[in-house]
Amino acid sequence: MNWIGESLHGAVALATAGDARLWAIIFLSLQVSLTAVALAAVAGCLAGAAVAVGRFPGRRLAIVLLNAAMGLPPVVVGLVVYLLLSRAGPLGSMGLLFTPGAMVIAQFLLIAPIIAALSRQVIEDAWREYEEQLRSLGVSGPGAALTLIWDTRFSLVTVLLAGLGRAMAEVGAVMIVGGNIDGVTRVMTTAIALETSKGDLPLALALGLILLAIVLGLNGLAYAVREWSVRRYG
Amino acid sequence: MAESDELVRLIGLQFEGRGHRALDGIDTVLPRKRVAILGPNGAGKSVLLRVMHGLLKPSAGVVAWAHVNTHAPRVAMVFQRPVLLRRSVEDNVIYALRQSARHRHEPAARLRDRAQLALAGVGLAHLSGRPGRVLSGGEQQRVALARAWSLEPDVLLLDEPTASLDPGATRAVEGIIHEIAASGVAIVLVTHHRGIAKRFAEHIVFMDRGRIAEESVAPQFFSAPASEPARAYLEGDLA
Amino acid sequence: MTFIRRSFIASTLAAVLGAASLGAAAQDQFIVVASTTSTEQSGLFGHLLPVFEKKTGIKVRVVAVGTGQALDQGRRGDADVVFVHDKPAEEKFVADGFGGPRLEVMYNDFVLVGPKVDPAKAGGKDILEGLKKIEAAKAAFVSRADKSGTHAAEVRYWRAAGLEIDKVKGSWYRETGSGMGPALNTASSMDAYILADRGTWLSFKNRANLDIVVQGDTRLFNQYGVMLVSPAKHPHVKKDLGQAFIDWLVSAEGQQTIAAYKIGGEQLFFPNAKR
Repeated sequence: MNWIGESLHGAVALATAGDARLWAIIFLSLQVSLTAVALAAVAGCLAGAAVAVGRFPGRRLAIVLLNAAMGLPPVVVGLVVYLLLSRAGPLGSMGLLFTPGAMVIAQFLLIAPIIAALSRQVIEDAWREYEEQLRSLGVSGPGAALTLIWDTRFSLVTVLLAGLGRAMAEVGAVMIVGGNIDGVTRVMTTAIALETSKGDLPLALALGLILLAIVLGLNGLAYAVREWSVRRYG
Repeated sequence: MAESDELVRLIGLQFEGRGHRALDGIDTVLPRKRVAILGPNGAGKSVLLRVMHGLLKPSAGVVAWAHVNTHAPRVAMVFQRPVLLRRSVEDNVIYALRQSARHRHEPAARLRDRAQLALAGVGLAHLSGRPGRVLSGGEQQRVALARAWSLEPDVLLLDEPTASLDPGATRAVEGIIHEIAASGVAIVLVTHHRGIAKRFAEHIVFMDRGRIAEESVAPQFFSAPASEPARAYLEGDLA
Repeated sequence: MTFIRRSFIASTLAAVLGAASLGAAAQDQFIVVASTTSTEQSGLFGHLLPVFEKKTGIKVRVVAVGTGQALDQGRRGDADVVFVHDKPAEEKFVADGFGGPRLEVMYNDFVLVGPKVDPAKAGGKDILEGLKKIEAAKAAFVSRADKSGTHAAEVRYWRAAGLEIDKVKGSWYRETGSGMGPALNTASSMDAYILADRGTWLSFKNRANLDIVVQGDTRLFNQYGVMLVSPAKHPHVKKDLGQAFIDWLVSAEGQQTIAAYKIGGEQLFFPNAKR
């Protein structure tokens, strides 16, 4: 049981040692996932709002597909993106394989459906409350969607933080399309996988605890944002 | 009545909703007077109001508003529950102004002035910077009224505006409705509240089960209701 | 509200700048080398590449996967150089026109690792005898089964011992389909025998009850070869930079650097490039 204590100790020692390579790995993880979530936020919120407010044939199917896409296996997404970005594939000439750009693309494809599905739920609930009032003011369609996105912004921030947590936690997609190249595409999760496969379990666990701390921090932030916004804005 | 006294013609209106007929043939001409629509639950009053506004499309029939100075009248509506956006009270009013074709191109300062004027009219200018949704129910409803009033409507439709409010707030809202009517806006009020109807209305439309059971000037309606449903309603209504 | 708006704009800007910087990163010269997990995990590249990079300014990006996947990457043109240890597969790669010529760089050796108590009595200097004893005892044995160079060698040893492993395997033969490290993890938690390359074994930290059981058999030598991916098939391949790397690996300096890599005083890889 004392390996828990050992690893906790190891984690703190790692984090405070100021090791440049560790911080480079953490920084790259944040860069990749934050970029992916920023892009997915735009695409996801707009798609979610469109499905929430719009009335078009196949709308129910779209909702089911979005919800199902939340469960896309990261490793499958990674494989598909790899085949697309490979030199032998259709987008090979872009030279994106084994770069952080490929990792952003893969995580974007993973996270956008999550954000779309969750924001659709949030915005649809709000639309139910606001629809009559907004329509009586002559607002509908895209205008309503944008108004609702802004009005539900705090709940949407919570959705984005959930997406960010998911992005930072996944390893299957970034491993395949990034190649876990030292100093170039090595992020926290792939570093943990590498150390585990080398049998250096205490180090892997220490890295894992740092990652957990980051994800925990993100969730705490989401909670605080929610609480503050309700108190301030009602 | 003379054409200039007409507010709106309701011709053969029917509305099917959720398997039952909410409006079962509404045929009348409402006058440009203070109109109140009364009736028991399920009579179809709220549906009729929404059909008049255009929020709901009737399954049959026509709503023909009398033109005001050669243009179609601007119709605003206030609902039972005020729905304010997550922004300041003043910004809520400005938002509505920006949606209207008439005001959307005016400069921001002008819109702010209009909002302040409307909020002063309902006695809430001092709260204009507060987030709308932290206000009390009564205050939010007054903001909703200011929002509608700022649009300079020709007609204001009110769907049970005091049903969710406590007595103090109800009195405040009632006072505002009187002021809006006094400023020249035509008002159609759906209400449960017999006292408010009695104090406000000049013309009563009494609905029952999707039809107009009785329609007359207010004093006559309250003192000597002609139809059986109206009599039963007035006797049972404790408001 | 203005605070919210400002922080929203600020975070959007940050995201866009972040994205831009990710794209701009790759300005220096680099090549992609597809290699195996054994060379990466033994730490050889960590020792070798800085010397090359310092000398030539060319950055080497190693994607470490199994031999099968590395050769596949070469066929697809996703790497500039392939550096693996499966001679038959490499020769086929060249014969099929995907790259080459094949140059020998170094060898290390495989070791048969197993529980210290050696229940199958497989220990000694003869790998084929050892494997025969393991099959006879039906002792737990972990195989990588992932088309890696190590796996290909393992199958060849079974065959040389007179056993077509696909036909004689039973529940004692555990196929994990994984890299060397994870397979070692599995073996150490199952107290099983496993064929491993010495480099990965020496840097493996989770040994539990395992130790080397058979070593030193010359048949256990494991040859590494390097090939340039064909610029004819894939015009974008960085043939000059890739060739510089290959030339350096087989040069005197490269070979000495390989020999100098030690773990706990023990040399892992033995350079044997032909001049």
